[in-house]
Amino acid sequence: MFERIIRILVKELLEIRRDRWAMFRLIVPPLIQMLIFGYAATFEVYHVNTVILDRDHSQESRDLISHFVASTRFDVVKIAGTERDVSQAIDDGTATVGITIQPRFAAFLLKGEKAPLQVVVDGTNSNTALIALGYVEQIAATYSASQGKTYATRIPGGITARVEDLDVAQRPWFNPNLDGRWFFVPGVVGTLSLILTVSLTASAVVREREIGTLEQIMVSPIRPYEFILGKTIPFFLIGFAETALVAVFGVLWFQVPFVGNPFILMLGTALFLLSTLGLGLLISTLVRTQQQAFGANFFVSNPMFTLSGFSFPIASMPRPMQWVTYLDPLRYYLVVIRATFLKGVGIAVLWPDLLAMAVIGIGLLTLSTLRFRKALD
Amino acid sequence: MTEVAPKEPAIEVENLVKRFGDFTAVDHVSFQVERGSIIGFLGPNGAGKSTIIRMLCGLLTPSEGRAIVSGIDVAKDPETVREHIGYMSQKFSLYGDLTVMENLRFFGGIYRVPRTILPERIRFAVTMAGLEGREDSLVSTLAGGWKQRLALGCAILHRPPILFLDEPTSGVDPESRRRFWDLIHSLSEDGVTIVVSTHYMDEAEYCNTIALINRGRLLALESPTTLKKRDLGGDLLSVECPDIGKAISLLEGQPGILDIAAFGNAVHLLVDPAKVSCHDLEGRLTTAGIPVERIGSIEPSIDDIFVRMVGENSPQGGAG
Repeated sequence: MFERIIRILVKELLEIRRDRWAMFRLIVPPLIQMLIFGYAATFEVYHVNTVILDRDHSQESRDLISHFVASTRFDVVKIAGTERDVSQAIDDGTATVGITIQPRFAAFLLKGEKAPLQVVVDGTNSNTALIALGYVEQIAATYSASQGKTYATRIPGGITARVEDLDVAQRPWFNPNLDGRWFFVPGVVGTLSLILTVSLTASAVVREREIGTLEQIMVSPIRPYEFILGKTIPFFLIGFAETALVAVFGVLWFQVPFVGNPFILMLGTALFLLSTLGLGLLISTLVRTQQQAFGANFFVSNPMFTLSGFSFPIASMPRPMQWVTYLDPLRYYLVVIRATFLKGVGIAVLWPDLLAMAVIGIGLLTLSTLRFRKALD
Repeated sequence: MTEVAPKEPAIEVENLVKRFGDFTAVDHVSFQVERGSIIGFLGPNGAGKSTIIRMLCGLLTPSEGRAIVSGIDVAKDPETVREHIGYMSQKFSLYGDLTVMENLRFFGGIYRVPRTILPERIRFAVTMAGLEGREDSLVSTLAGGWKQRLALGCAILHRPPILFLDEPTSGVDPESRRRFWDLIHSLSEDGVTIVVSTHYMDEAEYCNTIALINRGRLLALESPTTLKKRDLGGDLLSVECPDIGKAISLLEGQPGILDIAAFGNAVHLLVDPAKVSCHDLEGRLTTAGIPVERIGSIEPSIDDIFVRMVGENSPQGGAG
C-alpha cells in the first residue's frame, strides 16, 4: 500500500517542482490578498461626505456644526441654503449624510426640551448608512451632554437642566482598541486556505482526467484510497505551509497578536484541511474539466465564506440559514483561528469546533473515495 | 495470479450491451479471443470500439451481458482483472512534465513491479521505445512516435498476459505505425493476447482476427484472409476518372450497379457481371463527358468489404 501512495506523492511533488510558476502562484497571490484584505476590509466608517442645512442660525447650531466639522468621521462638503440643496446633494451623490438643524433649535435647547435635528442618509449602502447614523447620534449626544452641563451651571437648580451623566464604561476584551484588522486578518488566513486547497486538489485530479492519465491509473490495480491519499498528502502539506505563511505574515505585517497555543491552531488547521481536501476531491469526481472545477469551486467557496461568520454575524441570520452554517467547516475554523490568535483559549473550549471539523472532513473524504471508482461511468 | 486452463480463451464476451441514456453504444456483441492472438476492432470513429475495450478493462460497467477476461468476470471483480491486463489509450496518457525515467518509475510503482526487477523492465521498455540516451528528457518534448512507444512500454512493465490498445496508432506517422505493429507482433509471439482498435483499415492485415464494428454492432468476426474472400454478391470494379462526384451521381442506382463508393481518387463499383461489363461502363462514362483514366476488376480490400457490409446493415443504407 505504501509503495503506491509514495509513488503518487513523489510524482505530485515532482510535478509541482517542475512547474516554474507553481511557487510563485502559491506564495505571491495569497500575500497580496492578505494585504488587500488587511487594508481594505474594514467596517469602520471615516470621512463620510456630509451636507448640513442650518435653519436656526444660532450660536448653538453653529457650535453643533463645528462638532461635525471637527470629527474625522464626517467631511462637511457643503453648507446648504435650502432643503432642496440637501436632497439634491444626496441624490447626486455629493453627500451621503444630510443634517438639517431645524428652526428654534437653540430655543428648544434653552428650554431644556428636545431640540429637533433631522438626519437624512443615503441608504443604498445600508451598512455605511447605519454606522454613519450611529456616529451622528454619538456626536449629538456628546454635544447635548456638554450643553446640559453648561446650562446646569447657568441655571442652578433648574429642573430642565438636570443632566443624566450616563457614562457607559466600554471595555472590549481581547481587542481593546476594537481594531477591525484584528478581526479580519485571522479570518483571511482561514478563507485563503479554503480557496487555495479546494482549487489545488480539484484541479490536480481533474487535470489528470483531462490528459488521460487518470484513466491509465484507474485500469491499474491501485485502490481508491491509495490514490486519494497519494493525491491529498502533498496538498495537505502545501495547505499547511500556506496557512503558516499567511498567518506569520499577518502577525508580522499587521501586528495582529497571537496569544494562543500554536499547536491548537495547527490541530485546527489539520482538521480544517481534511474538509477542504475532501471538498476538492468531491468536486473533481463531479466535473470533467479544469474550467468546470474552477466554476464549482467558486460556487462552493462563496457561500461557505458568506455563511462562515467571517463578516456577517451568524446570530443575525434567519434560523434556517443558521442551521446551514453548521455544515460549513470554515465556520468552525474561524472560531478556532480567532480564539487562538486573540483569546488564547484551549481545547477545553474549542473541542466542539475541532470535533465538528473532523466529522465533516472525514465525511467528505469518505464520500469522495466512494465516488472515485465510478467516475468514468 | 490465478491459473487459467490452457484451452480457456483469454477473453469471452457474451451479449455485451452498453447504453448511455437513450443511446446504445454497444449492441449485443459476442466474441472470444484465443490466448496469444491479436484481435483488431475495426470501424469508424464512434462505432463503439473504445466502449467495448473500456468495458473489458472494467472502466465502464456493461448495461447487459457478460465479459470474462482471463477467466474472471470483469463486472464482478474488476480489481483482479486489472492485475492481468495492460491498457494504453489513444491519448498516450503519460505525464508530460515528468521525464521518461520518472514516468516509467511511476507506472512501475503503481503496478507494484518488484524493486529487484523494475530496473531491468525499465531498461527493456527504454530500448523497445528507442529512447536510449533520452531517459532524462521531459516527455512533453518527445515526438508522437516516441510517446506512443513509451506509453506501450509503461503499459507492459508488469508483463500483463492481456493487452488492450485503444487506437494506439492514431495521429502517428506511417513509419512509427509500422514500427509499432512490429512491437505488437513480437509481444504476441511471446504469448501476450492483444486487443487493438483502429480506424485505419490497412492495419487490419496485421491481426489474426478482425472484428468489424459499426453503430455498436459486430458485423463480422473472422481472419483478414477469410474476410477478403467474402462473396460480395458481384464483381468489384475500380474506375479512375477526374470527376468522381459526377461519375457517382451518373451511375448510382442504375441497373446492374449494386453499390458504389468513392475511394481516394477512384470509384469502386460492385456490379452484377451479367448486366454490366467494364467496356459497357467505360462507354457510358465517356458518353457523359467523363474521361476514364483506368478501369478494371480488383480484389476487394478490407475497406471494400467494410463499406459493403455497413451498407447492408445500416437502416439508412449509407456507409456512416
